[in-house]
Amino acid sequence: MADRYNNFGGGSGGVNVETTVLGADEIILNMGPQHPSTHGVLRVKLRLDGEKVVGSECVIGYLHRGVEKIAEHRSYQQFAPYVDRMDYVAAVSNGLGYCEAVEKLMQVEAPPRARVIRTILTELQRIASHLFWLGTHALDIGALTPLFYCLREREEILKIFEKYCGARLTTHAFRIGGLQYEAYDELEKDVERFCKDFDKRIDEYEALLTENRIWVGRTKGIGILTAKDAIAMGVTGPVLRASGVQWDIRKAMPYAAYDQYEFSIPTGKNGDTYDRYLVRLEEMRQSRRICLQGIENIPAGPILGKVGKVLKPPPGEVYHSIEAPKGELGYYIVSDGTTQPYRVRIRPPSLINLEALDQMIRGHLVADVVAVIGTLDIVLGEVDR
Amino acid sequence: MNLNAILPYVLPVLFALVIVALLPLVAGYIVLVERKVMADMQVRLGPMRVGPHGLLQPIADAVKLLLKEDIIPESADRLLFWGAPLISVTAAMLALAALPIGPFFQIADLNIGLLYILGISSLGIFGIVLGGWASNSHYSLMGALRSAAQLVSYETSAGMAIVGALLLAGTLSTRGIVQEQADTGWWFIFVAPVGFFIYLVASIAETNRAPFDMPEAESELVAGYMTEYSGFRWALYFLAEYTNMVVVASIATTLFLGGWLRPFANTRVFNFLDYFPLLLMLWVAGYCFRRTPKQPVQVQKMFMATVGLLCLAMAAVLTAPLIAPAGSLLASAKPGIHGAFWFLFKVAAYIYVFMWLRFTFPRYRFDQLMRLGWQFLVPLSIVNVMMIAVALALHRQLGWPNWITLPLGIVLTLIAGAYLLATGEKHEHPRVGEEEEQQEEEMPVNA
Repeated sequence: MADRYNNFGGGSGGVNVETTVLGADEIILNMGPQHPSTHGVLRVKLRLDGEKVVGSECVIGYLHRGVEKIAEHRSYQQFAPYVDRMDYVAAVSNGLGYCEAVEKLMQVEAPPRARVIRTILTELQRIASHLFWLGTHALDIGALTPLFYCLREREEILKIFEKYCGARLTTHAFRIGGLQYEAYDELEKDVERFCKDFDKRIDEYEALLTENRIWVGRTKGIGILTAKDAIAMGVTGPVLRASGVQWDIRKAMPYAAYDQYEFSIPTGKNGDTYDRYLVRLEEMRQSRRICLQGIENIPAGPILGKVGKVLKPPPGEVYHSIEAPKGELGYYIVSDGTTQPYRVRIRPPSLINLEALDQMIRGHLVADVVAVIGTLDIVLGEVDR
Repeated sequence: MNLNAILPYVLPVLFALVIVALLPLVAGYIVLVERKVMADMQVRLGPMRVGPHGLLQPIADAVKLLLKEDIIPESADRLLFWGAPLISVTAAMLALAALPIGPFFQIADLNIGLLYILGISSLGIFGIVLGGWASNSHYSLMGALRSAAQLVSYETSAGMAIVGALLLAGTLSTRGIVQEQADTGWWFIFVAPVGFFIYLVASIAETNRAPFDMPEAESELVAGYMTEYSGFRWALYFLAEYTNMVVVASIATTLFLGGWLRPFANTRVFNFLDYFPLLLMLWVAGYCFRRTPKQPVQVQKMFMATVGLLCLAMAAVLTAPLIAPAGSLLASAKPGIHGAFWFLFKVAAYIYVFMWLRFTFPRYRFDQLMRLGWQFLVPLSIVNVMMIAVALALHRQLGWPNWITLPLGIVLTLIAGAYLLATGEKHEHPRVGEEEEQQEEEMPVNA
C-alpha cells in the first residue's frame, strides 16, 4: 500500500523523489499542502536542479473523506447530496451523473421535461466551473484581475441555482428519477439574460489574455501532453481534447437531452497549456449555445419518473459516465437488492488527469508547475473523495 | 548667530525628519490606494470598513503588524535575519535625500546626486539577499536568488536609460537636471521617449512589482524572500518596497517628467494650469464634505470632515502665493509650494501606472524575464544612449538643428527595438531541459 502511494505520479520511468539519491546541485522543494496555488491541499514534492524540475511526486489524501465508503451505509437518495461535495465547483454535474447511474440501475427514465432542465442546469454549471478555472488559472500565472470578472459571471449562474433550488454551491438539484423541484417561472428569462451578456464577457477575458504576450509566453509550449500519452494515461475532458482527441461523452454516448442539441467539440493541436485554455473558452461558448437551445423549448409534463419513496434496485451492477466539466465522471454501482448500495466506485476525472502532472512538468521551471497544476483543473475534493 | 547662517544646517535636518516620519504613513496610504485602484479595476469596493472608505485601514494594519508576535525561525541566522530588513529600509530611505521635491524642499543637492541615488538604492538588494539566505528556507532562498539576478540585470538597463537623460542634461545634480528641462522647455520624456520607456520597465522590475514580481511571486514561492518574516520585520520589508516605489517614481519624475515643473511652464497661455492644484484640492474637499453626513458612525463623520478640512487647508496654502502681491515673501514661495505639488502629482501618476500594469498583466517567468532584460532592454538602452550621444554631437559639433537630430535618433532606436523584438521571438525555449538532454546524449561517455 505504502509503495503504491510513494510511486504515485511517477508515471512511466518516474523518479521516486525520496528513494533517488540527490545530485550535488539538486534540492527537494515541498510544495503544499499549504501553498497558495496547489488548488487546495495537493502536495507536490519537487526535485529541482536550480529551478528546473527533474522529478516530482504527488502526495494526495489530505481531503479524503471516504465518500465511497459512506455510500455503503446510506440509502440511494441519502447518498445523493454527498456526491455534490466531491467536485464542489461543479456540484450539479456530480449529481446528474449519480442520479442517472441509479436510474440506469433501476431501469427508469427521467421524463423529457426533467431531462431538458437537467441539461440546461448542467451546462450552466460547466460554464461556472470553467469560469472558476479560468480565474484561478490566470491568478496562478499572475493576472489578478480576470478572477474577479469570472466570479462576477459565476455569481449570475449561482443566483440561478439559488432561485431554482435554494442552494448555490452544493446544490443537490436533481433527484433520482427526475427533478427535485419544478423550474421557477423566470428560469428561461434568467438563463437567456445570462447567455446574452456572457457572449460579450468572454470576449473581455480574451481581450485580457488571449493575445497577451506574457500570457502566450507563459502558456504556449508548457506542459505538452501528446494525444498518445493522454489516451494511455486515461486523461479525459478538456485536457484530452486539447491534445487533439475529439472525445466527448455528450456526443459519444449521449445522456440527458444532449442528443437533441447542436454543439461542436472544440479540440486543440499541440496539447499545451495555451490550447487547453482555448479549448475551455470555446467550451464555454458551446455550453452557452446548448443553454440557448434548451430554453427555446422546455417540454411540459411531469418532472419525476415512476420511482417509489423507497428505492430498491434489482441486484446487479451498472457503470454510467457523464462529461463533467473536468472530464469523464463515472459511477460504478453494485446493488445487492437492498435499499443501500453494496459498493459505489467513483471515477473522478481530476484524479486521473492529475496523474499526467509528472510527465507534463518535467524539464520545466517551478513557475510552470503552477501553470500546469492550474491547467489540469483539479479539485482536491474530487481527487481525494 | 543670525538665522541665515544656521538655516542651511537646520532645514535639511528638518526635511529629513519630516521624510522619515511621514514615509511609513505615505507607504501605508499607497497600499490603501493600491487596494482601492485594484478594487476599482476588479468591479469591487476594496477596504470600506475601517474608517470612511477604508481611510483608516493603513493605521489598523500598522497597529496589527506591530502587535504581532516576533518570530525568528529556529534554524535562521539570527543576526542577519534581524539586520536584513533594516538594510533594505535604510537604503530605500537614504535615496530620498538627494531628490528635489520642488526647488525648495530638498535635503541635499549633491553634485553627484544621481550617482548617489543609484549607489544607495542598489544596496537595498543586500537586505533582500541576506534576508532570504538567513531565513534558511527553500522558498526564501529561491526568492532571494531570483531577486539578486533580477535587480542586477535590470539595474544595467535602468542605468543606461538614466545615462541617456544625463547626456541631455549635462549634469548629475538632480536640481540641475530639472533646471535644464525648465530652460529648454522640453521635458526629457519628449526628447528621449525610448529612454523613459526603458526606465519605466526597468524600474518596475527593480521594485519587484508585477509583472516582474519574481522574487515574491506568491503563486509560486509563497512570498519569496519574505516567506519566513512576520510582524514588524515584515512591515519593514514592505516599507522598503513602497519607499523604493516612491524613489524610482521620483527619479523618473526628475529625469523625464520635468520634476517640479508645471506642464507648459514657459508658456503664458497655459498659466491657468496654476489653478489646477487648488481646484483639485477643493474638489476632494467638496467630495469629503458631501460624503460626511452619509457616514454611519460619528467618529467616521468626524474623520471625513477632518480630511475635508485638511484638503481645504492645502487649497489655502496653494492659493496664497497666487493672490499675494507680487514681490512679497508669499509670492516668492510659489515655486516651492506649487513645485512640491506638481512633483508629488507626477510621482503619484507614475505609481498609478505601476498599479495599472500590475492588475492588467500576468507574471513573466523567470527565464523570460532575464531574456527580456538582457536580450531586449540592455541592447535597446545601449542603442538609445548611442543615438542620443550622436544626435547631441551632430547638434553641438556640426550645428544640425535639434528638431532633426533628436527625432532621427528616436526613430533609429525604435527600428533597433523592432529588430530586437523580431529576433528575440526565435529564442524562446519553453522546455528548458530538452536541449540539454539532447546534448548529453550526444556527448561521448567516459566511464
